[in-house]
Amino acid sequence: MDRITVTDVHKTFQLKPGQFVTIDGQPSDSVTVLDGVDLTIRKGEFITLVGPSGSGKSVLLDIIGGLTQATRGTVEIDGKVITKPDPKTGYVFQQYALFPWRTALANIEYALEVRGATKRERTDKARYFLSLFGLSGFEDRFPNQLSGGMQQRVAIARALAADPEVLLMDEPFAALDAQTREILQSELLRIWEKINTTVVFVTHSIDEAIYLADRIVVMTARPGRVKEIIDIDLPRPRDGDIRSSTEFNGHRGRVWEALRDEVNKAQKDWALSPAYAA
Amino acid sequence: MAFVTDKSGFVPAVAPRSRDKAAPARRKSRRLHLGTFGYGLPLLIIFFVFWEIAPRLGWLSPLFFPPLSEVLTAWYAMLLDGTLSANIGISLQRAFIGFALALVVAIPLGFLMGRYSTFEKVSDLLVQTLRNTSQFALLPVFILLLGIGEASKIAITFYSSIFFLLINTIAGVKSVDPLLLKAARSMGTSDLDLFRKVILPASIPHIVAGARLAVKSSIFAVIGAEMLAAKSGLGYLIQNSQLMMETADMYAGILTMTFIGLIVNYLLVWFERWATGWKSPSESSPH
Repeated sequence: MDRITVTDVHKTFQLKPGQFVTIDGQPSDSVTVLDGVDLTIRKGEFITLVGPSGSGKSVLLDIIGGLTQATRGTVEIDGKVITKPDPKTGYVFQQYALFPWRTALANIEYALEVRGATKRERTDKARYFLSLFGLSGFEDRFPNQLSGGMQQRVAIARALAADPEVLLMDEPFAALDAQTREILQSELLRIWEKINTTVVFVTHSIDEAIYLADRIVVMTARPGRVKEIIDIDLPRPRDGDIRSSTEFNGHRGRVWEALRDEVNKAQKDWALSPAYAA
Repeated sequence: MAFVTDKSGFVPAVAPRSRDKAAPARRKSRRLHLGTFGYGLPLLIIFFVFWEIAPRLGWLSPLFFPPLSEVLTAWYAMLLDGTLSANIGISLQRAFIGFALALVVAIPLGFLMGRYSTFEKVSDLLVQTLRNTSQFALLPVFILLLGIGEASKIAITFYSSIFFLLINTIAGVKSVDPLLLKAARSMGTSDLDLFRKVILPASIPHIVAGARLAVKSSIFAVIGAEMLAAKSGLGYLIQNSQLMMETADMYAGILTMTFIGLIVNYLLVWFERWATGWKSPSESSPH
């Protein structure tokens, strides 16, 4: 059963008056980031989205989350066209985005608070999700009293506490050190297997993309389109050792093959338009 | 903790503590603070001793500078006969009502100006013009409009405190991390909840810093206004004692002002610490 349907999504950013970028040698006052993305994501599927910088992965995620409007095309979740943030969707950001004036517990409660849950329901549920991530005992800590890994656990718990049917994750582990990253990848898989929500996960790391995904969506260089979708048929539940298996290596080669030309193109693109980078 | 001097520039006051200060550093700074107090104490004592003996030795005219002991005796007498408490009460009441009204107006207005750029563009010039007009220059206007009674004093304290609150509220609203707004929207936060649950708490450190300046400004303004046009209050007491050449009473009034200023400042520092406890890595919860 299909959960998310992305149909011919385009996104063009209009620059401020007087600002220009050079695209293919031509000055332009707008940048096209997404150029006709089509994608169907099944219920309960774990999708990872990879692509060179500027390929519009995060923008696509924002459009699916209803935080940005597509210039053209539609995103549907369970047949409903998305125009604003949907209560069914949870969002996890790279920089955690926890409210610094709220404790870990109160941060998770927030997601339930704005949905009108009772105080008791909120607290019980927030405590349950903290314990799910091994954070019992840290209820009253403020975000700046927690490590990066713990903060991101709280942020994921906050997104999951509202029972989302779709979980959007924008490079959630990119700011963490390598060890914490691997631990959180495994934790995420363990919890995902328990609740079976649909996940769309943006990453720059090929290994991370393979380890987590049912399917990897490879995006082209800007303007972004879907270049290739690669099935990852590694058995679940997966443990960390799977990274050194022959099958994993094979996938690594395939993903890199699909990505290499795009990364090269993207680098040339950036080199040609210093105005945009500045 | 150093006293914050009233800033009249455009720069909004910001809560002085940074969020990444480690707990041991804070304990150390508190010890350091007591140490600074200890270092400063001898000079203060010398000042008071000089005040006591200079008039007695004829270095200063005892008529203009009565010895400290006489000032304290006068102070004690006014404390006993209720003069002091009545005047302190009326002055603080004026300052507080003006400040409270300013708070009620400045916070919603600051939210609108900080959040909606069109609203700010339209109103900013008027705000800057008003804010650079001395409150004392306006006292005659307030008296013309509102009479010699309480209303004109409250107007001047209101005027003296509102701009500190307004400018800081605007700065606070503008400084809210856009990522937090995005996160809140992604969870389906309504516009009203966005103000109540995200923008307001995120702006609190700025607003509290503005409130510290506003309260002091309000107290200073009420003293000035009472000196110029009132029949009660500490400012009136100081001014009237001078006219009557009761200089001991005058200095007693001035010392009272100083102590009120000190106490209010420490209360506000304490409040600031309480309200922005989440910014420090201490174990204690502020709620």
